[in-house]
Amino acid sequence: MLKHRVIPCVLLKDWQLVKSIGFKSFRTIGHPTSTARIYNARNVDELIVLDIDASLNNKAINVEIITDIANECFMPLTIGGGIKTIDDIYKVLNAGADKISLNSQPLENFGFLKEASSLFGSQCIVCSIDVKKTGGQYKVFNKKKGVLDIHPLTLAQEYQKHGAGEILLTSVEAEGSCNGYDIELMKFFKNKLHIPIILNGGMGCPNDAVTAIENGADAVAAAYIFHFSRWTPKDIKLALAENNIPIRLGA
Amino acid sequence: MSILSGNKVVIIDYQMGNLRSVYKSFKKNNCEATISNDPYIIKNANKIVLPGVGSFKDGMKNLINLGLVEVLNQEVIQNKKPFLGICLGMQLIACKGYENGESPGLSWVNADIVKFDFEKNYRNLKIPHVGWNSVEHVNHNNLFKNINNKSDFYFVHSYHFKTNEDVVTSITNHGINFVSSIQKDNIYAFQFHPEKSQDFGLEIIKNFIQC
Repeated sequence: MLKHRVIPCVLLKDWQLVKSIGFKSFRTIGHPTSTARIYNARNVDELIVLDIDASLNNKAINVEIITDIANECFMPLTIGGGIKTIDDIYKVLNAGADKISLNSQPLENFGFLKEASSLFGSQCIVCSIDVKKTGGQYKVFNKKKGVLDIHPLTLAQEYQKHGAGEILLTSVEAEGSCNGYDIELMKFFKNKLHIPIILNGGMGCPNDAVTAIENGADAVAAAYIFHFSRWTPKDIKLALAENNIPIRLGA
Repeated sequence: MSILSGNKVVIIDYQMGNLRSVYKSFKKNNCEATISNDPYIIKNANKIVLPGVGSFKDGMKNLINLGLVEVLNQEVIQNKKPFLGICLGMQLIACKGYENGESPGLSWVNADIVKFDFEKNYRNLKIPHVGWNSVEHVNHNNLFKNINNKSDFYFVHSYHFKTNEDVVTSITNHGINFVSSIQKDNIYAFQFHPEKSQDFGLEIIKNFIQC
């Protein structure tokens, strides 16, 4: 039986590891390579690394740092941030990433998503959707464009149609709050897509992961909790196991 | 180290992704593999790895365009060099694939590559089948040495291997029980990614280096 994944998410800004709250107030918390090494040693299910201001600042892909991170990972690695062209995807995958995460580019151009997934296979294309609640409604949020008048599920369904392999769903308000995932948001997605959903933003304790998965998340991602609390990915998985949710404990 | 142990492993570069990950998993086991699509290097290797992610049709097209089908047939089928197929590399040894239309494969095993199809009974199961899933041993595989039965390995695929040949060494469940590994003489193939499956995965690579 397929296991539910617990995925640490690390954020890069100027090649430093940072942690944000609500997409703001960044704190530098370490070096990406050593962090990747620690997560590998902790035998995590997967790792997501996002360069958070790459797209905004129009930065080029930093192949060296991706290579360094990938060299530490004997588990699946997803890299995102600033990927704009097919050539960028080649570079990131050749540097050792297994999947790439796209946020801004497919929002502007579904054709790009379609081309990428037919060239590289949808299994390596993660589409990231950031969500903000505005006037009681869930809307897609983009750092460049702000709040867009699109429901995140509508966008996710378009992404699925155009070849996305997974959706990384992040609530901007919940992100870094440790107040739990946005379960109301998750409920919109339950049984609506045939591709997996990774819910991100807000995990503050192991029970938050249980609630997320019970409400339809295929995998849970988190950053803050693993950097700043006593909880490890393994603690989360043990809590899931206690609730009869299938997980991998590893060797 | 690889030279000392007499191992010349070639990882076939046919522009179908994740070569570096596979290379690293050999390196971690002290084996310096060569990434190449040069028939001469493949001929001189004593072990051959066909990794790959992506679609069956493109994979086969690239093998043909790079002129690698003949040398692979010769070294794996005639000269019986140990062969490791991973993910798409496993699928390509089948007779036929149905991804983006029907296309022929290397035909080393009488098998078809078909899409997961469980619309009716398991509507909530996701495709691609991505993540960790347990691998249940159903027959001996030389590369399962020191691997506990039902250990979890990392999968990411939408199509699976279907065969009536007696080569299946493990099955995995995702709506249906599908073939997650085979061994046919010198041919080893895994639907999951040993290079991405942490310690147990690295152990499989080690077993291949030592076989």
